Amino acid sequence: MTGRLQKVLEAGEFAVTAEIGPPKGADPAGIRRHAALLAPCTDAQNLTDNQTAVVRLSSLAAAVHVLGEGGDPVVQMTTRDRNRIALQSDILGAASLGVRNLLCLTGDHPVFGNHPGSKGVFDLDSIQLLDVARGMNEGRFQNGEEIKSPPGLFLGTTENPYAEPFGYRALRLRKKVAAGARFVQTQVVYDLDTFRRFMAQTVETGVAERVHILVGVTPPRSARALKFMANIPGFSVPAELIRRMEGAADQKREGVKIATEIIREVRTIPGVRGVHIMAIMAEDLVPGIVEEAGLYPRPRFE
Amino acid sequence: MIVAKGKPLSQVVDMVSDRERILVAACAECVTVCQAGGEKEAVSLAQALRLWWKKAGVPWTVETATIQRQCEPEWVEEAAAMVEAKGYDAIISMACGVGVQFLARRCPKLRVVPALDTMFGGGTVAPAVWQEFCGFCGDCVLDKTAGVCPVVRCAKSLSNGPCGGSSGGHCEVSPDIPCAWVEIYERLLLQGHGEDLEGIVPPKDWSKASLGPRKVTKQGGGGR
Repeated sequence: MTGRLQKVLEAGEFAVTAEIGPPKGADPAGIRRHAALLAPCTDAQNLTDNQTAVVRLSSLAAAVHVLGEGGDPVVQMTTRDRNRIALQSDILGAASLGVRNLLCLTGDHPVFGNHPGSKGVFDLDSIQLLDVARGMNEGRFQNGEEIKSPPGLFLGTTENPYAEPFGYRALRLRKKVAAGARFVQTQVVYDLDTFRRFMAQTVETGVAERVHILVGVTPPRSARALKFMANIPGFSVPAELIRRMEGAADQKREGVKIATEIIREVRTIPGVRGVHIMAIMAEDLVPGIVEEAGLYPRPRFE
Repeated sequence: MIVAKGKPLSQVVDMVSDRERILVAACAECVTVCQAGGEKEAVSLAQALRLWWKKAGVPWTVETATIQRQCEPEWVEEAAAMVEAKGYDAIISMACGVGVQFLARRCPKLRVVPALDTMFGGGTVAPAVWQEFCGFCGDCVLDKTAGVCPVVRCAKSLSNGPCGGSSGGHCEVSPDIPCAWVEIYERLLLQGHGEDLEGIVPPKDWSKASLGPRKVTKQGGGGR
């Protein structure tokens, strides 16, 4: 059965996805509440996999709660914590529970998390995980053994237009597409100039027509939060955006406005097929952003 | 070479606190080069131990000797005879983990303890600075990566290019670590082999690295 995200993208509609961060505890109420909030205004909902290497409720378990609220969960799966045996096992498990989408990632290094002494597994990298998951969809395990009931997941990955070497990013995305990625959710985009150059490369190299690119959007919470992000490796935040936030009377409101403007702007960039709104700890803002960006109501399917 | 570094003195003291005749055994190979377990370091560790025990008011004996190569049975045999003759009841080995185990295997009744933490296969990159270059994975890929090992020089051992945390030529883990994949990328372009970056490198065969203790036997090896 095809999931909602795949239907939207394959129908040529501009997709909207959002992120839900599972809690550091066993109570699913927050996930359920956010899923109920996001299901009507987004096409799919990502469940992060122990994001920044901090232990949280598992992305797969969280996805089941999202299914229960009528959402179309995207299970994020990193290669940081599991070897190829556990990864393949969880892929089968996800499909058996009704999950339709899988986002393949390498994951943040354990040193950034709350268990810095843990061993990073990294048996596979994100490209190898895509390749393995694609093979599983086609009916074989990584070792070549046959799978009688293939998982049939819609495969995605991430790409960071701001990481280095810049000249390699579009090429690396092409590798991810060759490995089986059907959709891509990018790192948060604030620096539109660099992002335009990245998109031009993906269009030139023919990658953009072979994969659905969804642009990462995060409403900045405050000028301070933006400044903090500007110093994290792999982020690019224009100084003028920080100044604009500093000058705003209501920074939270201004953040929503910025996110909306970015969405309207990236919609005009060739090759962009949707947006992925990452408003962790601020999920309540998402319906408003979707509406203000002119993306509500979402397309309906029979 | 094998690169190692000294453990804190208090930790070494605790390992042998119930022994009375102690040999501090230096190794003249790798650990001498990386200034962790050579004769000089053995002498200064022995001095520190004598001082420690003098303050504690105990009359333990601490002597030093240098074994040419603690990972070689002939040299270990020679050392074992000396240990027996002198009646030591503990050996603090200043070799890498291989040397400690060779001594412990040859002297099973004695307590043989490590004075060093064995770190990695590496080399000198600046005066008194050693860096890891090889992880002994048993499945060398340096021909495909322009002579830069992504298995140990990338914090995530990535096979297919840099992660999203590569920034300013550095690894996301620390600005002191150059991104191995930036080096690979630049060197392959310099060599005119950018196309080497395009293929998908399949998952690594870790069975060559993790099937318990590995063995290499040359034809005719193994003896009688």
